[in-house]
Amino acid sequence: MFDHELLFKALGLTVVCAPLCMVLILGLSSLVGRPLRERTISRTVQTAVSGGLLAALIILALMLSQGTRHVAIQLGSWVHIPHYHFQIAFVFDRLSVPFVILTFLLCGTIGAFANKYMHREQGFNRFFVFYSLFVLGMIVTSLAGTIETLFAGWELVGLSSALLVAYYHERPAPVRNGLRVWCVYRVSDAALLVASVVMHHLTGEGQFDQFLGAGAWPEGVASATEHQAFVVGLLLLVAAMGKSALVPFSGWLPRAMEGPTPSSAVFYGALSVHLGAFLLLRASPILDLSPWLCAAVVLEGLLTAVFASFAGRVQTDIKSALSFASMTQVGIIVAEIGLTSLVIHWTGWLTLGYVLRYLTLIHILGHGCLRTMQFLRAPTLLLDYRTLENAIGSSLPQSEGALERRIPARLHVWFYRLALERGYLDVCLDNFFVRPFLKTLQGCDALERRWTDFLSGSQSRESEQLKPTPEPLENLL
Amino acid sequence: MRELHFPWIEVAILIPLIGAILVGRLRDPDVARKWSVAISGLALFCAVGEWLDFDFIGASEAEDHWHLMTRLCGRELFVIDELSAPLIPLVSLLYFLTMTATLRTKIRRFSFAWTLISETLVLALFSCQIPWGVIGLLAAGTIPPYLELRARGKPTRVYLFHMALFIGLMILGWAFAENEGNQQVHTLWAIVPLLTAVLIRSGIAPFHCWMTDLFEHATFGTALLFATPIAGAYAAVRLVLPIAPDWVLQSIGLLSLLTAVYAAGMALIQREARRFFCYLFLSHSALVLVGLEMVTPIGLTGALCVWLSSCLALSGFGLTLRALESRCGRLSLTNFQGHYEHTPNLAMCFVLTGLASVGFPGTFGFVGTELLVDGAVEAYPHVGVAVVLAAALNGIAVVQTYFRLFTGTRYVSSVSLQIREGERYSVLGLAALILIGGLCPQPNIASRHHAAHELLNKRQSLSGDVRPAEVEHESPVPMTE
Repeated sequence: MFDHELLFKALGLTVVCAPLCMVLILGLSSLVGRPLRERTISRTVQTAVSGGLLAALIILALMLSQGTRHVAIQLGSWVHIPHYHFQIAFVFDRLSVPFVILTFLLCGTIGAFANKYMHREQGFNRFFVFYSLFVLGMIVTSLAGTIETLFAGWELVGLSSALLVAYYHERPAPVRNGLRVWCVYRVSDAALLVASVVMHHLTGEGQFDQFLGAGAWPEGVASATEHQAFVVGLLLLVAAMGKSALVPFSGWLPRAMEGPTPSSAVFYGALSVHLGAFLLLRASPILDLSPWLCAAVVLEGLLTAVFASFAGRVQTDIKSALSFASMTQVGIIVAEIGLTSLVIHWTGWLTLGYVLRYLTLIHILGHGCLRTMQFLRAPTLLLDYRTLENAIGSSLPQSEGALERRIPARLHVWFYRLALERGYLDVCLDNFFVRPFLKTLQGCDALERRWTDFLSGSQSRESEQLKPTPEPLENLL
Repeated sequence: MRELHFPWIEVAILIPLIGAILVGRLRDPDVARKWSVAISGLALFCAVGEWLDFDFIGASEAEDHWHLMTRLCGRELFVIDELSAPLIPLVSLLYFLTMTATLRTKIRRFSFAWTLISETLVLALFSCQIPWGVIGLLAAGTIPPYLELRARGKPTRVYLFHMALFIGLMILGWAFAENEGNQQVHTLWAIVPLLTAVLIRSGIAPFHCWMTDLFEHATFGTALLFATPIAGAYAAVRLVLPIAPDWVLQSIGLLSLLTAVYAAGMALIQREARRFFCYLFLSHSALVLVGLEMVTPIGLTGALCVWLSSCLALSGFGLTLRALESRCGRLSLTNFQGHYEHTPNLAMCFVLTGLASVGFPGTFGFVGTELLVDGAVEAYPHVGVAVVLAAALNGIAVVQTYFRLFTGTRYVSSVSLQIREGERYSVLGLAALILIGGLCPQPNIASRHHAAHELLNKRQSLSGDVRPAEVEHESPVPMTE
């Protein structure tokens, strides 16, 4: 008799191992100082992504044909000591499989696009190393059956994204923006790590099944109390806020557009920006338990959507405008997730809730595809405009929206400035959190210096006499 | 007590000592470097042999074959256990790699003979469990850096003041402890000096300034080898952990927690690479102490794992910085240096070792950091999350420094700055260990858990405490796990 379980396991492992092999091939060859040729890199990427996609599609077909809604692949305990288990488990269900297919599909498209777009770039190999790390991170995050596995993928996505933003590393602006992205991601990672530890303490293990209930998505019922759900859910919300550029962490998304267009398209426009929403969807049984948590999620989503829509109206470059458009949609998606849980909590209409969750998932998938297409067309925007204008025989109409018309003229400039400065969110974070923190540390550093000067009876810091390397003019801009 | 099949420990300790005498007589620094590499390679071979042999016999403690030391001194000085068995080859590896990766530009300044002597002392320290032996070796270990500072005409007062205090407090504390005999609870007259000594050696704030001073004035190699084995943690395990009451340990744990966050924050604002590295190290060293002072199986296991991973990852990280420094002199972090195109391998190794030190997934430190966070939240429910904060700040500091050093307009140089063979092998060896340890963590975690279990048992047998329930109900961890 045909062993379906074994087949699922083999296919599931193919889905995970394909990007893993890609990372190993591209990463190790770079590490030993033997970078591959462009053609070899291109073939490796194509093979890995196609193999993974094919396996995911077969899994989907099998699940649909057999009516299976939840396939868990346990790879055993990665670490096992008394009172601490670290399981590696992957889950194929109605949430993860579409997300995995979307990931492979978009990454495959972007891989093919980048082969041409990045042709003969000095950092071609570096781009694809980060790209492969990103694909692996996305797949692991999407399929994670335990919060530790999810955390591992989550961090990989964060690192590869930050390094890709700083891809054009000869110029200081992309590097500064890459660092900014990394800082926000670290906050997000910290929140997820704490959530992971709290889940460990509550259930003894990090498996989602233990905490979210054994039912297949979207029908899981969490076993926690309302208070526990609120604490864990709030931490997950903070993690999602960082990853999905929700207010007040939204400043990193337009900054991330400093990276090469293919990475902006697939990473910040379509996939990684949805990871926060994906996490909330995965944790939706927790949201169902706490109305206050749902309210926080809805509020956060709406706030982000309104802010992004407002700021996006005055952006002067296409990639920034698209990034704010992405942010608006992600805000709406997050609000949808919170509203669905509120509906389930208050009305108890489970069927309606499940339908709404599917709709949210469809929203994510559709938005990801549309945004990728728009980003990929971004470099040829002027050509597209000219084609359109040639077709209609005149310039494209420029009209004010209904909202703009209602704003008094004297407030126009004020609002325009506010939107152009992106609501001063980054400035506020810098002035109220980052600068005081750094100033305090600098004060401590000065105190330490006085103490060591006193002890040594002379100037104790040679390093302060160090002259910075003279910078080229472009670095000072 | 079980016996190893060969006197691995004593041979591993003697080889660098004899080698130091030999190398000290050589005039040509290049020849001295080659001999030193060979000698430290031999010591590494014996240390690995000791570890494998110990693992093979499956004992919780083992002494050398033939008992040479017992015949000479009348008692067995060198005994290894679960805690020290992997530390000895690790320390040997660090010395071997540091000597291998020393470039010609550095060999006139870097004393190979003294480095071999300090290797002898560190190997002997990690093989010794007798309190007065540990104190003597820790005290002797402070001499080579002092002599180097003197020889280079650098200020020594900060280092001398702290080390004198450290040695004095250790002697005072243990004299009191011994005077009080085997009583269950030792007085604070014994505990406080010992704890303060450990805090000084581990660089816990406000006793950390000697470490930044050492990194400022000593050669990078010497400072790196003096700091990264985290000898202060070993002193804590052998001298303090068995006799200090829980409340004292937990209070000191809180101080270490604050230091971990403080040092991680300070790493963010440093304007020079060595000082940045020093604070990064201090943050990790403090995290190890946080775990050691929790006195819970999970926390202690996490601390022992982070000890190994920090030692390995930060040494690789330090060697990468040292390799860059050998090419361009002291490294400023106030602007972008643009070294990537010259040394992409070093850049990759920098990121890999840096992220491994902060517990990035897939690297050696990942599970250890998770265990430490888990233990910290359990031991200090309200402030344990600070471990996560420290890890987050360290992660930001590492990537910020990577950007500062490797990105920016390409550094212009009239000579090739490509990575050399010795450096390449060192870097790749470390990278391989970090990745293999990260992908297959179970053997390391199981062995550290067993070591933690043994330490807790020893502490309970010495203090006469009732065994904590969580340890009591655990099934014994098989040695082969």
